[in-house]
Formats: sequence, C-alpha cells, structure tokens
Amino acid sequence: MLIQLTDIKKVFNQGRPNEFWAIQGVSLDFEPNRVSCLKGASGSGKTTLLSMIGCLSRPTSGRIQLGERMISSLPERFLTDVRRHTFGFIFQRFNLIPGLSVLENIMLPAYPLGLPYKRLVATALHLLEQFNLSTKADNPVEWLSGGEAQRVAICRALINDPQILIADEPTANLDSKLSHEFMGLIDELCQSGKTILITSHDPEVFDSAVVDRVVEMHDGVVLT
Amino acid sequence: MLLNPAIMALVLVLIVVCSMLMLASGFAIQVLRHWDIESGSERQLGLERRTYLISTLLIWAFSFELMSLLLFIYNAESMSGQFVGAMCATGVLNVNGWGWPTLFLKMAVFFSGAVWLALNYLDNQGYDYPVVKQKYRLLLAILPLLFAEFILQLLYFTNMDPDVITSCCGTLFSSQAEGVAAEVSGLPPRNMMLVFMLIGVIVIVNGLRVALRGRGSWLFALLGGTAFVVALMSIVSFVSLYIYEHPHHHCPFCILKSGHDYVGYILYVPLFIAAALAMSVGALSSWREKPSLTLTVNRVVPRLSSIAVIFFALFYLAAGWSVWASNLTMAEVW
Amino acid sequence: MMWLFLRKQKHLIDYTLSSLLRRMGKSLGLLAVYTLIVFMLASVTLFTHALRKEAGLMLQASPEIIVQRMQAGRHALIPADYLQRIGRLRGVTQKEGRLWGYYYDPAVKANYTIMTAGQVAAPLTEIIIGTGIARARGLAVGDYLTLRSQNGEAFSFEIAALLDEKSELVSADLLLMSPQVFRRLFNVPEGFYTDLVLSVRNPREVRKVVEKLTLLLPDTRPILREEVLRTYDSVFSWRQGILFVLLTGSILAFVSFAWDKASGLSAEERREIGILKAVGWETADVMRMKFWEGMIISLSAFMIGYLAAYAHVFYASASLFEPVLKGWAVLYPQFRLTPFVDGLQLATLLFFTVLPYIVATIIPIWRTSITDPDAVMR
Repeated sequence: MLIQLTDIKKVFNQGRPNEFWAIQGVSLDFEPNRVSCLKGASGSGKTTLLSMIGCLSRPTSGRIQLGERMISSLPERFLTDVRRHTFGFIFQRFNLIPGLSVLENIMLPAYPLGLPYKRLVATALHLLEQFNLSTKADNPVEWLSGGEAQRVAICRALINDPQILIADEPTANLDSKLSHEFMGLIDELCQSGKTILITSHDPEVFDSAVVDRVVEMHDGVVLT
Repeated sequence: MLLNPAIMALVLVLIVVCSMLMLASGFAIQVLRHWDIESGSERQLGLERRTYLISTLLIWAFSFELMSLLLFIYNAESMSGQFVGAMCATGVLNVNGWGWPTLFLKMAVFFSGAVWLALNYLDNQGYDYPVVKQKYRLLLAILPLLFAEFILQLLYFTNMDPDVITSCCGTLFSSQAEGVAAEVSGLPPRNMMLVFMLIGVIVIVNGLRVALRGRGSWLFALLGGTAFVVALMSIVSFVSLYIYEHPHHHCPFCILKSGHDYVGYILYVPLFIAAALAMSVGALSSWREKPSLTLTVNRVVPRLSSIAVIFFALFYLAAGWSVWASNLTMAEVW
Repeated sequence: MMWLFLRKQKHLIDYTLSSLLRRMGKSLGLLAVYTLIVFMLASVTLFTHALRKEAGLMLQASPEIIVQRMQAGRHALIPADYLQRIGRLRGVTQKEGRLWGYYYDPAVKANYTIMTAGQVAAPLTEIIIGTGIARARGLAVGDYLTLRSQNGEAFSFEIAALLDEKSELVSADLLLMSPQVFRRLFNVPEGFYTDLVLSVRNPREVRKVVEKLTLLLPDTRPILREEVLRTYDSVFSWRQGILFVLLTGSILAFVSFAWDKASGLSAEERREIGILKAVGWETADVMRMKFWEGMIISLSAFMIGYLAAYAHVFYASASLFEPVLKGWAVLYPQFRLTPFVDGLQLATLLFFTVLPYIVATIIPIWRTSITDPDAVMR
C-alpha cells in the first residue's frame, strides 16, 4: 500500500506563546514492501511524522493518502479503525503492560475487534512460536529480558496481521548484538510482505543493509 | 411532600439530568460555532474529543430520564395510600393540575431522547460527522422541554395537598364525566376496536415494507406515532375493561398492579419501544442522501423497522390476548 | 454483528476485571466507602419501611371506626347505651364497647398500656403481660405483680401468661386484664366504656356510616382506620426523607471521593491507558472499559451493602439504630421485623447511590479516555 504525504504540517500549542511547528511542510512517498528509515536527532520531528502516518494523530494541514484512502481528515473513530487493520507498532520502551501475562499483552490490540477468544489465543500462540517464545506465554512480562520483551512487542504489533509495521527508535534499549538480531527480524518481516517504517538515530539501523531507503529530517523538514 | 424519598429521588434525577444537558448544550453551542471538519487545528481536535463527552452525558441523561418516567408512575402508584380518594396512580396524578402535564412531558422527553440517540448513532457512523450540527440543534431544542418538565414536576410535588379529596380512575375514566379522559373512555368500544385493529394492521404492514424495501420510512414514523396514541386510547377505552373483567373500569394504571399479573408492563413496554423505534426510523431515513451515510441508513433503517414491527406485534398480541382470554362479555353493555 | 458486539464487551469486561484485581488496594478502598453508603441508606429505608408495614399490619386487625365521646374538647367515657342509640346502621357488621387505659409504674418509671380481654381464666387474680414489662420488672409466668388502684388500694395479680414475642413491637408494654378488675382498678362505673368500635365490611360504606354517626351522636368523634393508615404512611415516608436529607452530606462526600478516585490516576494507570490507545483502542473503547469498571464496582457495592443492611435490619434488629431509638421508651421492644422489600424502595436507593457515582465519574473517565494515542511515543 503506497503512502503519500503532501505538504504535511503539524503545530502544537497553536496561538499560544509556546507555539511550536513540529512539522513544517513535508511531502514524501513510501513504497510498499520496503524498509524505510527516518533518521534525525531527537526533536527533528521524525516521531511526530511517523505518528501521523500511523494514524495516531492528525496533521494540522496537508494530506495523507494510504493507498486509495485519504486519512488526513478522518475523525478518531475511523482513524483508529484504519490503524487497527493496517498498522502494527513497536515502541522505543516496548510499552508492555506489567501485571499481565505475555499472552494477554499480545492479545490487547485485538480486544476491541471482538474476535472469538479461542481464535485470538491461537493466533497469539502461533506468533509466539514463530519468535521462539512459546515457553513464556503465561509468564508476567516483568520476567522477560530486553530482547524477549522486544520480541513480545513485535508479536503484539503483528496480532491483527497489519500490512505496515511502524517502529519508533526500536534499538534504543538494546545492545548492538540484539540490535543486529532485530534488524534480521525486520528483514524477515519485509520478505514476508510487510512495509516497514523505522525512526532511528542509531547507525546500526540506518546503515544496515536491510534498510532500503533513508530519509533524513531536521527541524521539521526533510533534508534529502 | 418533598421529603418523601422517592420524590426526592425524582427531583434529584431531574436536577442532575438538567445540569448534564446544560453542560452538553454549552459544548453544543461551541460545536455549532467553531466546527470545521476539514481543519486539523487543535480547536477542532478538541471539539471532536468533546463529542465523546457529550454523547456519554446524553446517553446517561436519557437513560436516567427513562428510569425517572418509570419511577414517576411507580411512585404515583405507591402514594395512592396517602390521598383521600386515590386508589391508584390516576388519583395521585389528579391531586393537582400538574400531574398529568408532567407525565406527558416526561413521555415527550423520552421520545425526543430516543430520536436524539438514533441521530447520535448515525452521526458516529459517518466519517465526516455528517449530522453533527443537526443533532446539536435538536439537543438545544430538547433543553427547554426538559426545563419545563423540571418546573412542572416541582410544581406538582410541592402542591400536593393531602387534605384535598382527589378523584380516581372510577370518576376520571367514566363515560359519564366530562373532559378528555372521559371522552376517551366514552368512545364506543366497538368502533374503537375496529380503529385499533385497522391501524395495527396498517402500521405493521408499513413497517414490513420499510424493513424489506427500505421505503416509506417517514410514513412509518407518522403511523407509529398515531398507533401509539390510538393504542393508549384503546387501552383506556376497551382493553382495560377486558383485563379488569369489569364493564366500567377504564383505568390505564391499575393494569400495572400485581392483582392483574402486571399485564400492563407487557402492554406498555413493547408499545413504547416500538413507537420510539418507529420515530427514530423516520429521523434516520432523511439522511439517506448524504454520501457518507447512505450505506449506514440502508443497513440500519430496515433493521430498526423490523425490530419496531416485532415490538408492535408483541403489543398487539398482548392486547389481543388480554381481550380474548378475558371472561368479560360485552354483548349486553354494547 | 450482534455477536461481535457482545464478544467485544466480554473482552472489555475480562480486561476490566483483571485490571481491578491488579489494583486491589485502590479498588477495595472505593468499594468499602461505596458499600458503607449503600448500607446506611438501605438500613434506613428497610427499617422505616418495615416499621410502616408492621404498623399497617397491626392496624389491619383493628376496627374500621372508633367512636370517642368528647366533652369540652377532651376524650371522655362513653355511656353503654350509645350502642343502642346507634341501632342498626347499614353496613355495620359488629359494634362493641372497649375498656383501655394507661398505668404509670413508678418502680420502673414506665407507662403500661392496659387493655381488657375475656380470656383470663381467673378474672379477678390473673393478668397477661407483654415481654417488655416482664423484662423491666424481672417477672416470669407464675410471679406476682402488684398494681395500685386509683383510691390507693393494692391489687396483686398472678402472671398467667406472656404475650407472643412475635408481636413485641406493639405488645411490649401491654397488660391484659379482665373488665371487672379494670373497672375496680380505675374506678370506671358499670355502663361506661372508654370508647366504641364498629366494624364495616365494605370500605366504600365507611364514609356513609361516619356521616350518619355524626348526626346520631353529635358529641362523639369517629376515628377512621384509613385515616390513621394515611397519616402513618405520610409520617413514615416523611421520617425517611428527613434521614435521607441528613445523609445527603455523606452522599456528597462520597461523590467527591468517587470523582477524586476516578480522576486521580497513578502514573502507571495513565501509562496503561496510553498503551491501550497506542496499540489500537479507541476513546470509546476505553470509555466502555471504564463503564464496565464502574458497573462492576457499583453492582458489588450495592449488593454487599444491601445484603448487609438486610441482615442488619431483619436479623440483628437494626442494632446500630438502637441507641437512637431507645430514647423513645423505657420498655424498648426486642423485636424482629418481618422482612419486606419492594421495587420502589430499591429503585429509590439506586437513584441515591449508583446515580451519583455514575455522574461523578463521567467527566474524569472522559478525561482519561482522551489520552493522545501517540502520548507513549513522546
């Protein structure tokens, strides 16, 4: 699914003294079935841009087109609906909910879809198997190591079988060996047909052979 | 009388509902003034978030309103022991001039609430908030109705004088007395029965037409409203007679009592649901032309009308059964 | 479509339950306060309602009309020949004279209610007393009780029996004796009664009978049972109302407590909502989840509080109210009320407890639910 951004702007605290233009007119296309990386220092606006592509927030102005569909002015209800079926998210700090088991954490994104419980569990277990985590299914997430937590987060991102995976600074909490392993997983996912968008300022990521395209951002504009 | 707990609850509920609606109306005015779906500005995003709050407030407010309608009748029923001459809710409603208007306003607010909720549902189905302005205008129109209800109810409860001898169902709903109630009771049962059955058949046939073909929704809403009024009149005019098995007892409330197996609930609950649904169908169908709603309207209208038809059918079956199973024969009276 | 919706709600409820369990401490605090509020209000309603019912049942057995003679605006003895003067009134099925009064016992500083009954075996020496008197004086069947007559003479009576405990609420201070003894003790001449009672079978005829009575016996005052019932009805609901007004303060306190609990989320809870929003929950989903949370808490609090109040009123004789009620009389009855529950009462209670809770939490829940989905990325 082609992602087209046209003159995207995003402003915070509009009309107040601390008004801040996080994105100042970005036009970009992302090809399907590729690994693209947004590179830039923190505060460059890459995460904000990614959250708008991922339907987590709406641009102040500009158009975002997802395949045939214009998503930039959809209300939250529909934006969420698009997001649930199209995107999977991997966050910097994994963002697993403590106190819940690995299995429950993975199934969280699917709850509002109202699928039968048995089918949910089956899908989740299948994913865990795929990522060598079958034995951990009933453990609380607090017991996991960094690498395992990362893989659980990937399983959670995949539970609704999204076409596009979004990873925000995925290697910030991993050592270089695990980062390397992570990029391997990304490669596999891309092979299996997913489109992948990553933000990072880690050379392990943007210099990796897995990444097809690097877009550099600075102060809310695209440099290249 | 204000110190009776049930009355305190009723007054409390309306105070709460009024404040909820006022809060919602405040937001509604902002929405009407600043709404711009094309914009992604923070104000627009804020307004869109507020719509969640307004919906929640109003869903609760209208459910409270429905409960207060039930509690109002229930309370009138139970207070009948405190007034000379009152044997059931009729007598208590007759204690002063405000009782009946309060009841009718409560019913009006109930139906407008139902229509509002239907519109709200519809609005949430369209990706561009297609009826957002209309639904908030309707909300602003409901607000005065609610205030009126609050004031009338307060007048009703504060002016209850236990020393006044009130007239109960025996006098109010008697064909010899004067007034609307008496005229309804005095309607010739045979003709009334014909009208009742006729409109029943028409409304159900029309509802089925809407359910199957998706056409005639406005007519259905109109017929639903008419059927509702005719049904209430028929209950007073002849259905109650068969339930009480007494040729002159026309009361619409005594049928809610345990002595008559609570058959009143089996009549009223489906009737109210069916009428509310029929009116909602009318309100929904007028938005078929909006591109973002065509699908939803075409999906929801038939479904709602089939549910309405089921409830109408339930009501007519219950009424028919009450008449059929009764030991009363009206041959000599007519 | 329907199934999808129901399954979705089931998932949300499951999640709510698990998150309530994870935050046991916080949930328990709220539950305890909530339950206490329900318990207090339910105790008040159940208690006053049962009292009203009890009084109603008691009056049910009493005659439809009581006729008292008035002299200079005060209650006076009524001559027996008034029964003849009434003659045969249409609708009156039975008429008779009654003898009753009060006796002040200085030994326990209490008033006994004296009534006359024919069933005392040895009319001149035996009496029957209520359990309240027996407790106060330390008497049992076979013991003797001495009463002083109006002219100072002392009479000793053997306790022939105690009145049934079931009716203790009304019979605690009751003393039954024969009419002969009553006349001697209180110096009531033969041919006079305290008042007359008439039974009327058909309630519609009561008012007609009363009209005729006031014409026949202009110096009497008829008291109607339905009139007394009506007064009881409004007095009891009025009392209940006063108690509710007094409890309004605690309801308001509860409302602000609930508001606080709902809006004062811990950083951890905030993050949790943020994660849910980020992984694909919508504002409405979070609100629904919170709705179920409120329902679960409300339902548990209401059930526990109501059942506890039920036990308190009907099995523990409302012992928490005892200190307040004991002030009424020395001969405090140890009663057991007949359990009585009605729909209106339940609905009223719901309106006073669950409704304030729901209203108090709407805005905090909404504020929580609109957390930005991308908040966890910042």
